[in-house]
Amino acid sequence: MREGEDEWTGLMRLAISGDSAAYHRLLKAITPVLRAGARRGLARAGQPVDQSEDVVQEILLAVHLKRHTWDTNAPFGPWLFAIARNKLIDAMRRRGRRIFVNIDDFAETIPDEPAPQTASANEIATALKTLPPRQRDVLQSIAVESASIRDTAAKFAMSEGAVRVALHRALASLTAKLREQ
Amino acid sequence: MDTEQLIRTLAADGSHRVRPVGFVLALTLLAAMPISLAIFMMGLGVRPDVMTAMHNPFFDLKFVVTLALTASAMVVCLHLSRPEASLEGWWWLLLIPAGILAAGIVSEMMLPQRLPIMTRLIGSNSRICMTAIPLMSLPILAAALIVLRHGATARPAIAGAIAGLASAGLAATLYASHCTDDSPLFVATWYPIATALVVALGALAGAKVLRF
Repeated sequence: MREGEDEWTGLMRLAISGDSAAYHRLLKAITPVLRAGARRGLARAGQPVDQSEDVVQEILLAVHLKRHTWDTNAPFGPWLFAIARNKLIDAMRRRGRRIFVNIDDFAETIPDEPAPQTASANEIATALKTLPPRQRDVLQSIAVESASIRDTAAKFAMSEGAVRVALHRALASLTAKLREQ
Repeated sequence: MDTEQLIRTLAADGSHRVRPVGFVLALTLLAAMPISLAIFMMGLGVRPDVMTAMHNPFFDLKFVVTLALTASAMVVCLHLSRPEASLEGWWWLLLIPAGILAAGIVSEMMLPQRLPIMTRLIGSNSRICMTAIPLMSLPILAAALIVLRHGATARPAIAGAIAGLASAGLAATLYASHCTDDSPLFVATWYPIATALVVALGALAGAKVLRF
């Protein structure tokens, strides 16, 4: 097991118990590893690596929406890499290939490997356009304009609870749209 | 949207709580079981001589087998709802009901019987058995698939098949109280055929709906 995975497990436990700063740190920490794994998997399959950012974002969404399936007594790494492999295979299949991802694409990433620059990701932007207006507004406000939940609530004259619900629904339907594509 | 923005958004949604899969399974089964029970009460009903039948160990054995099947398949199913899970180390649980049934066949063989072996095996309810079990398992299978969608399985077809196994087990438990064929030979012949239909359906449906 790689160094740092224990730290991930600790952060994820905090995140599950409601610490959103820990959650943010965790997502930031796993992203370069996911990016390197996605690039390696795409390269091995002979697919353009510039699509790796789309795959990374899909993995992050799945991690977020499926985090209740993580057993808090188990290490976080194997769970994460299982999700990542599944999403990578899924992404390749949607692009018309049937490819088996090497199990080590994610798990063997060298920790100090220089993280490639964030490439452009288009799939989420495309899927965003098809969301119901209210969900799209809320998601855009929080994601693109970096507004807080409270500010977003004030802007659209909604309660904070309603913003939270709309945000969560938006993320869930975004994932469903990406799967259909 | 760049990845930084996505991460910030996910963190903003971090307080959203989702119920564990096992909890949802219990709730969904509570909703689905009455539908199967209604199909059973309207179409079949408990056999009239149930009070005397209960003293026949081979009648009782049917429930031990079907409930063991339900329990072991549910456990495996819940296990498979996690992405990093595989059947390794768990598949043997599914052998428990088969083992109990095999023991039942052996003990029946050792006891004197009035009816010849083929008569006991063929019985008189095989057609009802093969229609009633799949039919009554449908609401439960649908519920189990909804629950598994709530999880994240990396093996959609296998998880769907095991969900089919669990639902067939519950449906067979209902059916067993209607059926007058108590010979373990009958149970070992026709119940598995009915179950296989549900398992196949679960695998097909699982491959379609359980990708996350």
